[in-house]
Amino acid sequence: MRRYFGRKFLIYGLTFFLAVTVDWLIPRFMPGDPISNILSRSLLNAEGAQQMYDYYERVFGLDLPVWQQYLNFWGSLLHGDLGISAYLFPQPVTRVIWRAVPYDAFLLLPSILLSWWAGNKFGAYAARTKRLDNTILPIGYILTATPYMWLGILLAWIFGIVLGIFPIAGAYSYSMQPHLSWLFIKDVILHWFLPFASLFLVGFGGWAIGMRNMIIYELEADYSHYLEALGAPRSLIRKYAFRNAILPQLTGLALQLGVIVAGALVTEVVFSYPGIGYLLLSAIQNQDYFLIQGCFLFIIIGILIANFAIDIAYVIVDPRTRMGMLGDSS
Amino acid sequence: MIERLRNNEFLFFAFRNKRLRVGLFIVLFFLALTLVGPLLAKYDPSEYAAYGSHPPSAEYWFGTTTFGQDVFSQFVLGLRATFLVGMIGGGLGTLIGVVVGFTAGYNGGIIDEVLNILTNIVLVIPTLAILLIIAAYLNVRGIVAESIFIGCTAWPWAARAIRAQTFSLRTREFVDLSKLSGMKSGKIIFTEIAPNMMSYLVMTFILQFGGAILNAATLDFIGLGPTSTISLGLMMQYSVLWGALQLGQWWWFMPPGIAITAIVGAMYIMNVGLDEVFNPKLREM
Amino acid sequence: MSLSVQNLTVVYQTLHGDVRALEKASFSLKDGEIMGLAGESGCGKTTLGNSLILLAPPMRFVDGRVLLDNEELPIWDTDRMDPFRFKKISVIPQYAMNAMNPTRKIGQMTREILQARKIDPGHMMTEIKRRLDLVELPHKVLDMYPIELSGGMKQRMVMVLSTLLNPSLLIADEITSALDVSTQKAVAEMLVEFRRREFVKSMIVITHDMSILYQIADSIMIMYAGQLAEKASTEVIIHDPRHPYTKLLISSLPKVGVKVAEKRLTGIPGTPPMLLDPPIGCRFRDRCPVAFDKCTEVPPFIEVSEGHYVACWKES
Repeated sequence: MRRYFGRKFLIYGLTFFLAVTVDWLIPRFMPGDPISNILSRSLLNAEGAQQMYDYYERVFGLDLPVWQQYLNFWGSLLHGDLGISAYLFPQPVTRVIWRAVPYDAFLLLPSILLSWWAGNKFGAYAARTKRLDNTILPIGYILTATPYMWLGILLAWIFGIVLGIFPIAGAYSYSMQPHLSWLFIKDVILHWFLPFASLFLVGFGGWAIGMRNMIIYELEADYSHYLEALGAPRSLIRKYAFRNAILPQLTGLALQLGVIVAGALVTEVVFSYPGIGYLLLSAIQNQDYFLIQGCFLFIIIGILIANFAIDIAYVIVDPRTRMGMLGDSS
Repeated sequence: MIERLRNNEFLFFAFRNKRLRVGLFIVLFFLALTLVGPLLAKYDPSEYAAYGSHPPSAEYWFGTTTFGQDVFSQFVLGLRATFLVGMIGGGLGTLIGVVVGFTAGYNGGIIDEVLNILTNIVLVIPTLAILLIIAAYLNVRGIVAESIFIGCTAWPWAARAIRAQTFSLRTREFVDLSKLSGMKSGKIIFTEIAPNMMSYLVMTFILQFGGAILNAATLDFIGLGPTSTISLGLMMQYSVLWGALQLGQWWWFMPPGIAITAIVGAMYIMNVGLDEVFNPKLREM
Repeated sequence: MSLSVQNLTVVYQTLHGDVRALEKASFSLKDGEIMGLAGESGCGKTTLGNSLILLAPPMRFVDGRVLLDNEELPIWDTDRMDPFRFKKISVIPQYAMNAMNPTRKIGQMTREILQARKIDPGHMMTEIKRRLDLVELPHKVLDMYPIELSGGMKQRMVMVLSTLLNPSLLIADEITSALDVSTQKAVAEMLVEFRRREFVKSMIVITHDMSILYQIADSIMIMYAGQLAEKASTEVIIHDPRHPYTKLLISSLPKVGVKVAEKRLTGIPGTPPMLLDPPIGCRFRDRCPVAFDKCTEVPPFIEVSEGHYVACWKES
């Protein structure tokens, strides 16, 4: 088991290092420059502009040699300081991002967990009879082939516009201020429901199909035949098959996190839902170095943590990893 | 004819397989639309053909956008972009994935370890985030560039699948026999292993193709797709941006979404069908 | 009579048609008899074994009756067979080494199977441990995962598990094929010990290895290309076979002490027929040294002397 986690940490460490470097590097290549952006909003004469430019350069540390900027970046990172946002100046990036995190968590956690759980359950059902298979399978394929944003658009149109049940923009009504009351909570949930449904449905399709395939594979295994020969009831055979088929699905969940994050991003755009994805897009459109870096970093860290959580869950669920006998099929 | 087909077991099953037939039909239908459509389209996609937005009619088969552009014309050109990205992006992803996966699986040992770590790293990083950042800072983008981005970030899925298959094939007896008889590595790869992998290669490509289309649609929707041409994702972006939802202009955003869903879904269904053809255990008797 | 099989016919459904894997098999087993079932690969012995306990697609039941302890076994109906499985008829499968769920501790799996068959595992514990001692497995295997056991240990565990409920009939399918010679001997002897202690009443031991059968079987039945060729006591089969195929088979076996210089090993020229479109009549016809025109008619499997059955026109 030490070897298992050892490898994981190595990968996570390398990934983090690489991601941070890329994160720091890429915005540096962009044409145009954040300071000019800030300055363009104020009316200054040429000399005044130059002074302000120098000032800002120092504030943002852009006058230092490149390698020093890089090291400084790591330094501040480890202090939890992600710089000041240029687009939303002078708010610190960390605060801007923190404001968006609850919306993302509220959206992503339920949809990931529920779609994974429900998808696996339905996929297992599909493997029971031919008729169920022929109904559930096509639905699964259509759902998983649907681009996230189109499902969002579709849901928004049907349930938001045509039927008028749900609102289609923002996290809560513009007329309201966040406060603790039944009215507000209901409002938040109404705004939350369509983006959540959109993420849930696409994920559900994918998991259902994956599980169905895995269950069929397990039902063909030798141990299933042996159970049959011992006259075990179908429920026991299915239970064992399910338990064994869940394992690759768990690994699959870790692998899909990047895709799910991307899906959440576009869904947030469709519904103007103020999560990190939406924030990242605004940052790019406004060429805000630090906010872009911050969002990206945040996403990476989130994914690494989630990966780690899944790794722990995997060890709990698959006894073979504890024996250290799975080799490198992690 | 049935006798000859029976001799080539795969072809026989392939033709009989309902899923393969349905999937292939859908894909070919859209492909035909791509090729024939521009001939039928009456207008240039960016041409202002009408005043304002109109629902579908005899004149404008898919209606017009808020600006009076013919949706059908945009649609068929967007389809072309979609297929191009699928081919190039999917092809590139498959190519890289096959090379990496095969090298890792065939050689094993330290090479495998290193490639494995590389694959895992690329997998964990949310590629969309990187693509966003890269694509945002290139002012002029073409379809080919987009396809290359997509191919360069989607390959880990292919690599994993190919590596697993190579592993299992490598330890089979017929490979050991070939090695014992002194066949060179290259020859072993081409004559013994490759034919058994063909099925996986085809299925991997199909999945990459579908995935590339989805990725491209997502990028286009955010506005980071090709700057020069129209694409289905771009149509969707414009429709949302210009309030097609609130104005009820369903003819603007429905066709692109349906097309992508249908093509990618058809690819997945074909994949299932092919799996049944190549893997006798899954065949329904 | 413990087991009576009458006219059992089973086919495999394939794309190209039905493979006639088992044709009109009729034989019987006495109470307590260990019968070896031998023949070349593809002769139908595993099909026979499987059809008695788990007749599932791609196999298809065509005709026949099976009576175990005078009770009809509904082998064509998977659901109705369930009450018999494990309790009256059991199997040690060919894939015994992979037969246990890899993610379940062995003891837990055993408990769950027993509970699923409506048997209280608590009551069975002492018996399980006693049997583990018999096959020389430490009790702590119950707390281990299959992956922690060696191939031989897994096989012995499956032997214990399959016979736990004292079935009337046990089918042992190629259980020595993957083992080394000394383990083969130990396993074969365990089988006999199981019968001695009445864990099992009768057995059908499927194998292509005649030497094992010589050690433990009371009688041997030879199959060829889906048809029964001969059945007799072990002594008779080895020393005085009547069916031409059996004769050739026995003479092709090496004997200890006989050198090649003195007597060369003879094989049987030719190959078994394809069962997709089998030849009419006796399927050994094309390779038989004494075949004649009556052989285009299927010879009946009849008793030519006490307990000795042959399917050959020449011998009846």
